[in-house]
Amino acid sequence: MSDDSYISIQNVQKYFGSFCAIENISMDIAHGEFFSLLGASGCGKTTLLRMLAGFESPTKGEIFIDNQPMSDVPPHYRPVNMVFQSYAIFPHLNVHDNIAYGLRKRKLPKAKVTEMVDEMLNLISLPDYGNRKANELSGGQRQRIALARALILRPKVLLLDEPLGALDKQLREQMQLELRQLQRTVGITFVFVTHDQEEAMTLSDRIAVMADGEVMQLDTPIGLYERPVNRKVASFIGTMNFFDGVVADEAGETLKIEAQGLGPITAPANPSNKAGFYKGDKVQVAIRPEKLVLSAQKPDAAFAASGRVQNMAYLGERSHYLIEMDGLDKHVAVSSQNLVPGASLFEMGSDVWINWQSDAVVVLERN
Amino acid sequence: MSTDSYINRPNRPLQVYALIFLIVLYLPILFLPLFSFNDSIYVRFPMQGFTVQWYYDLMARSAVWAALMNSVKVGVAVSIVSTVLGIFAAKAITRYRFFGKEPIVIFIMLPLVVPLIIFGVALLVLFAQLLGVPLSLYTVAFGHLILCIPFSTAVLMPRFEGFDPAIEEASADLGENAWWTFWRVTFPMILPGVVASLLLCFTVSFDEFIMAFFLTGTDATLPMYIWGQLRFPQQFPSVLALSSLVIIGSFIIVLLGLWINRDADMTKTKAGTDA
Amino acid sequence: MTDQSALARPAAQTPPQVNWFSRKIHKSETFRAYAVLSPALLFLGFAILIPFAILVVLSFWTPVGFDFNREFTLKNYRDIMERPIYGTLLWRSLWISTMATVFTVLLCYPMAYYVAFHVHRNKMVWIVLMTLPFWTSYLLRVFAWKVVLGYEGVINSGLIWVGWIEEPLKFLLYSPSAVIITLAHAWAAFAILPLYVSLEKIDKSLLEAATDLGDGPMRRFFRITLPLSLPGVISASILIFIPTTGDYITPALLGGPNGMMIGNLIQMQFGPTNNWPMGAALAIVLMLTIAAICAAFILITFFVRKRIT
Repeated sequence: MSDDSYISIQNVQKYFGSFCAIENISMDIAHGEFFSLLGASGCGKTTLLRMLAGFESPTKGEIFIDNQPMSDVPPHYRPVNMVFQSYAIFPHLNVHDNIAYGLRKRKLPKAKVTEMVDEMLNLISLPDYGNRKANELSGGQRQRIALARALILRPKVLLLDEPLGALDKQLREQMQLELRQLQRTVGITFVFVTHDQEEAMTLSDRIAVMADGEVMQLDTPIGLYERPVNRKVASFIGTMNFFDGVVADEAGETLKIEAQGLGPITAPANPSNKAGFYKGDKVQVAIRPEKLVLSAQKPDAAFAASGRVQNMAYLGERSHYLIEMDGLDKHVAVSSQNLVPGASLFEMGSDVWINWQSDAVVVLERN
Repeated sequence: MSTDSYINRPNRPLQVYALIFLIVLYLPILFLPLFSFNDSIYVRFPMQGFTVQWYYDLMARSAVWAALMNSVKVGVAVSIVSTVLGIFAAKAITRYRFFGKEPIVIFIMLPLVVPLIIFGVALLVLFAQLLGVPLSLYTVAFGHLILCIPFSTAVLMPRFEGFDPAIEEASADLGENAWWTFWRVTFPMILPGVVASLLLCFTVSFDEFIMAFFLTGTDATLPMYIWGQLRFPQQFPSVLALSSLVIIGSFIIVLLGLWINRDADMTKTKAGTDA
Repeated sequence: MTDQSALARPAAQTPPQVNWFSRKIHKSETFRAYAVLSPALLFLGFAILIPFAILVVLSFWTPVGFDFNREFTLKNYRDIMERPIYGTLLWRSLWISTMATVFTVLLCYPMAYYVAFHVHRNKMVWIVLMTLPFWTSYLLRVFAWKVVLGYEGVINSGLIWVGWIEEPLKFLLYSPSAVIITLAHAWAAFAILPLYVSLEKIDKSLLEAATDLGDGPMRRFFRITLPLSLPGVISASILIFIPTTGDYITPALLGGPNGMMIGNLIQMQFGPTNNWPMGAALAIVLMLTIAAICAAFILITFFVRKRIT
């Protein structure tokens, strides 16, 4: 465990009957971090969050928050608060009473409570909303009140269970910015659950990508995108082209690979891959669509291959191409930015060349 | 919703049928109040003229008042106890996954279906044989609890199903223990169901006759009193008057209960099909 | 994922003190569920299971004056098998409640169908209207039928008054048909609700699809609506059949000697006849018969449905 670890999840397993929701997860989350659990539905991310909140207890393993083991601590004693997916605003209470809900135990004078609530209402930019009824609020307002209700207690950790999932696209993007801003202002550790990779990338300091109850990769957004550890992560975050290949030679920091459809290429020996690759290993070569460059003429580049435009979609700021290549039974996706108006568009059926830099190539295990 | 889609287009014969059905459903019951104002001790056409004499007769009888008080006592006690137990049961059934849930739900709902005569005699044997308890209003109330707990549970389950479990979790998350969470969140949310359960259980107990028949001691409940009067033809008109009052009272209480609880759709719960 | 977290954590600070019970409550959902269920479950367990056990034991005894001979004997059951009165009454009870069940379901089905498919606004009002009488006293509803069907009752005196008949119709009161009519009326709500629920659940687009594929209203009903509402028909049938078989108020008030049912016999054993062990044995036989018939019914419908689908 690292020294600055604030939440430490150690060998946690969770079974519902015979169904395994969490395989065996260990991870550390630092103080003040905006941390995301990212994965498709059913990957165990919500279960993990609910274990942090105390609504589920681990079948095995232990969770520490600020050096305290948590497994015997019921939810109402935990120093964490949660923003629920449905917001769970108390429908029979008004906004003020919703936000002040958790303050009962502190036995503060009424004026002090009102002052604290008003402060929170200002923080979430909903001043003078105290007397509103819960059913008079829009989705975005409910979301903010759920946040205020949790933050007023100054939790050590704030847990957010897909809090933006119920909002429409525009509002969601606005709330993403506000959420990040708010987290910097209050300085509380956020653990955020989402299935939206773009949202996770926008908000997080670090992201744990989960699938089938396991953590596939835990990294910064840049790390996840540029150095995915396996095909699942690579295709979950953004789009990726995969080519089968065999390691022809390993020489220090670079690998020589014979890749199907691309010919002999070199690639950095991926440092995020624990297992090194050796001569004769069957591997997968992955390249992002935007790292492939199209040209009509044979380019003056170290690595290039030729093909035909099979399909093309113009999206305004960029265009997407599907390139048919000799010796390859699937199409290669290329995304190119439309920098010059009208220029550099390739017609369907035209012959093109693609080229790329050696360090754009990611080498993965083949399975 | 469009009311004139092909499948849903009005069906005249069915409308007529529905109307006749409702009339037949209510008509026999409505004859009771009708004849209770008839100035004759015979219940037959042609009617003889309007009178409220039978109601006056009724008021003058202390046995009626005593039976009424007995039924009210039993009804109030039974409705409170069964509603409290029903809250717990409905909460557990709707909120938790646990081993043996299906058979337990069936067991709890069983008294709604099993012929009450069987509970009546079984409890009679329990009290008289094993416990040696004399029959009294307590034994009647005990029997009614068996019937009212499933009623209360069935009324409250849609209430629990009708609100997001995350609301209770949010309360725990904000620092309240189970006790405070119940009083600050759960209870206000299910309050209409609780009131409905109290009213409906009161009515069920107040009107219950079969178990009371076996379990009543010297203090008669109102249905027992009516049963006793049925043997005497000259009492018929006053029984009609009393029955009319009981039926109208029941209608009012039940309608009130259903109206208070109107936003919980009782046909959408599992209880409707499980039992 | 960091590998360091697998390393041993330094001895943790002591957790907040929590006792055994609340730890259990927090950790096990099943424990929590049973803790919450326990008041109702304990009461019903005590109030249902123990009396039944005693009933079973009692049925193997014989009466001696006001006390019992506690020697184990099958005499009561042998009597039930051998003396025709018991068998006759049991058969009659089953026949009467079967008829009542069939009538109730047949009569309620169109009503439930109407509310499910043709009522668009205020469905709840209709459901309340249909189930409201059910909440009022069973005794009084039966009593109302006595007033209607009686020798000098509403129907007879009304028909004589308008001059359609000279003599009161005798078959109305004190007959099995009077019992069947009354039972069907009294238990209508028990049939309506499950029928309505199963009909309401049917996706309307299935009916439109059937029409689109060429079925007329009749074929559509028999090929789509009826099979899909079968679960409702089954639960309605069981919900009416079970309680009516054991009824004794209706036959007592309206049945006369030919309309007596097994429930009356049981009641008599605990009342005037004062033969409790026999009453207990009859109650047990009644329960076992009902259980057997319901099991058979459910099994048959299960296999029939399996063959259809």
